Amino acid sequence: MKISELTAKNLFATVNDGGNGDTEITKPFACDLLSFAMSKASSGCAWFTVMGNVNTIAVSVLADCACIVLCEGAELDEVATQKAQQQNVTVYRTDMPVFDAALMLYKEMQ
Amino acid sequence: MSNSIKLTYQVSDDDFTRAGEASSNVKSKLKMMNVPPDAIRKVAISMYEGEINMVIHANGGTITVEISKDCITMVLADKGPGIKNIEQAMQAGFSTAPDNIRTLGFGAGMGLPNMKKYSDEMDIQTEIGVGTTVTMKVYIQ
Repeated sequence: MKISELTAKNLFATVNDGGNGDTEITKPFACDLLSFAMSKASSGCAWFTVMGNVNTIAVSVLADCACIVLCEGAELDEVATQKAQQQNVTVYRTDMPVFDAALMLYKEMQ
Repeated sequence: MSNSIKLTYQVSDDDFTRAGEASSNVKSKLKMMNVPPDAIRKVAISMYEGEINMVIHANGGTITVEISKDCITMVLADKGPGIKNIEQAMQAGFSTAPDNIRTLGFGAGMGLPNMKKYSDEMDIQTEIGVGTTVTMKVYIQ
C-alpha cells in the first residue's frame, strides 16, 4: 500500500503530508522507546507510537520510515510539527490504541 | 585518504530540537555519494545514538566524520563528566538518563549497545571530569 492510498482511506487523520505519496508501506511497526525504534524499524515501515516529540521525527527520518501514526490521541508538539514539515515526514493521528491501529493497517494491507 | 571528505559538527548542550541534525546531514551526504544503504543505516543509527548521548550526558561536543572510499569514521568528542564504568554502561538496559529524558522516549539503556552493534569498530576513551571520545568506524563493503 502506498502512502497516498493510506491517506485516501481516511483510517487516520493526516497531521502532516510529507509529499511522499508514492512511498510504499512495507509493514506496520509499533514501539515507543526511540533507541529500540531506531534499531528495529525497517525501511518503509508505518511507525505506530504515542511519542509525538521532535526526536520521533528525527528517528523516522534516520530509519527511513514511510510514515508515523500517532496513537491514543497523542499529538505532535509545535517543534515536532515544524520538523515534520521541514523534513517532509508524513504524520497521521488516531485515538485508537497502538495495537488496534497497527492491526487495522495490517489487515488493510492483506 | 586523499579522496576523503571531512565534516565537523557542533552538538549543542541540552538542545533536543537540533539533536539528530548532524546524523541527518551525514545520511544525506552518504546517499548523494551512493554509499550502500546498509552502511548508511549503520552510520545513521550509531551516530544518532552518540549524538543523543552527547546532548543528554555531556553538555554537547564535537563530531568529526571522515568519509573515505572504504570507511566512514566518526569521532564524537565531549568535555562531559566521563563514564564511570564503561562495562556497566555497555550493558543493554543500563541507563543513567534522568526522568525528563525518559519522558522523551530515551533512557532505555540502548545507546552505547546500539553504537557498538551498528558500528564495525568502536573505541571509547574516557576520563572522569575531563570528557569522553568515542571513535566508530563503519566499513563500506
